[in-house]
Amino acid sequence: MKTTTKQKIAFSILFLCTIMVVLPVLFVLGIIIKNGWHGINWQFLTTMPKDGMRGGGIYPAIVGTLYLVSLSIVFSLPIGLLAAIYLNEYAKDNLLTRLIRLAIVNLSGVSSVVYGLFGLALFVTFMKFGVSILSGALTLAIMNLPIVITASREALASVPYSFREVSYSLGLSRWQTIRHSVLPFAIPGILTGAILSLARAAGETAPILFTVAAFYLPKLPDSIFDQAMALPYHLYIISTQIPNISTETRYATALVLVGIVFSMNIIAVVIRARLRKRKKW
Amino acid sequence: MKLRQIKEFIIEKLIFLSGILSILFVVLIFTFLLKEGFLFFKEISIKTFITGKYWYPISDPEQFGILPLILGSLIVTLGAIIVSVPLSIACAFYISEVAQGRIKDILKAGIEMLAAIPSVVLGFIGMTTLVPFLKNVFNLPTGLTALSGSIMLGLMAMPTIITISEDAINAVPKSYKEGALALGATRWQAMYRVIIHAALPGIIAASMLGIGRVIGETMAVMMITGNAAVIPTTFLQPVRTLTATIAAEMGETVHGSMHYYSLFAIGIILFVITFIINVTADMFLHRNKK
Repeated sequence: MKTTTKQKIAFSILFLCTIMVVLPVLFVLGIIIKNGWHGINWQFLTTMPKDGMRGGGIYPAIVGTLYLVSLSIVFSLPIGLLAAIYLNEYAKDNLLTRLIRLAIVNLSGVSSVVYGLFGLALFVTFMKFGVSILSGALTLAIMNLPIVITASREALASVPYSFREVSYSLGLSRWQTIRHSVLPFAIPGILTGAILSLARAAGETAPILFTVAAFYLPKLPDSIFDQAMALPYHLYIISTQIPNISTETRYATALVLVGIVFSMNIIAVVIRARLRKRKKW
Repeated sequence: MKLRQIKEFIIEKLIFLSGILSILFVVLIFTFLLKEGFLFFKEISIKTFITGKYWYPISDPEQFGILPLILGSLIVTLGAIIVSVPLSIACAFYISEVAQGRIKDILKAGIEMLAAIPSVVLGFIGMTTLVPFLKNVFNLPTGLTALSGSIMLGLMAMPTIITISEDAINAVPKSYKEGALALGATRWQAMYRVIIHAALPGIIAASMLGIGRVIGETMAVMMITGNAAVIPTTFLQPVRTLTATIAAEMGETVHGSMHYYSLFAIGIILFVITFIINVTADMFLHRNKK
């Protein structure tokens, strides 16, 4: 009797702690939606900012962010996928593999502002891409590589080994096996990882501070060598650098950013859920 | 036949190349930080850099002491650990051992949502809600304090700590728990007498990775800690962290000036700190798997 009472108390405390973690999420989302909802309209989403960003819309920031994340995935998905194939299908349990694993762990742990410094030193200055969409996308791509690799690898590892054995027994080579008997079944999982990495790239600010971000540029970029506005950086600027902007505009910008990031996450979750249902092996 | 073999040879070489590219990137990051930071350390020794009490990069004579910035990062991180580690571990235990079915799924989704909120958004919400709140509660001249940073960063570290701890708890063999239950232990006794010991290395690693994330966090901390480069004495005063210094000042530096190089030198320090944390955490996780 006494021990079960103890258990009840202990579980209640654990439950309270969990609530304290989850509640702030609802609070943050609730407050953004409540205060930002009225600021969002068609004009806000599709016009250039004006009056020193106090009026007009956030169109170029939205477009800039979409350019950045799509270009970054062009770099990170192929490299990340091939790296995952190497780790899952080719790598032996040796020092090199251990080093690669350690490198991935480290890439995922490097501070986002250090990525910004790195992008500035390598892409902007050394390779002379300048402050541009290209520099920012490359920086984001390297930052997101660990996510793509880890997700792709999990997807590949979840394909049963017997699929490979059947393919080998039919006399197919290692690459043919991967190409026809493994990859097709891993694609939804790989896609999930890719979209999650897109969502993260869309919300990152520090890596693009010195590599892409334009303070105020009320036009769309012409090429990948142009500077661009980006949504997270825009939110940072209008909430810290520019006084007298209506709070509604600030919250509306935050809501658009959170909306983009969350809808990508939801798409990824839906793909993952469908995959689980369809899986028959 | 021949063509196919050539094609496969090229593809397999590409796969190998991509595999080792991660190592190359880590080396590249460190090299390029060093390349720019090296010029700084030619003028100023690492010792004066780390132990210098004054960060006046643009006054005359300029002073590059990052002790206040290191202590700023430390105090914010310490606060974030106090906020996040106990709560996160409790939450991980609740989700993996107590919660069931729908509730479990909802809680997990909530944690994933927390992880997905961009740091600049959390910084913004911190500015508009937490900062004025703390200002009123403690009757301060400004709410932009180390404490606000600690609370917000603690929140950001939670998803990392929870997910990895949960994995560690789930990885504990079922037989441990079943053995404890068979001996008449309650589920709670099994949890804090048996499971927590087996999962401890993973939980420690999880906390370390969470701390690593806190030290490297930039945007939120820059927006809500007040950015005053003074040596902190309490949680209720403005501080400036290593990351915020880089992010706030790089835009104003002249390319090639000492100030410019000094920010790369800070970057090297940050890189080394997170490197050590991640390697140690990985060792804990790896040991756990054996």
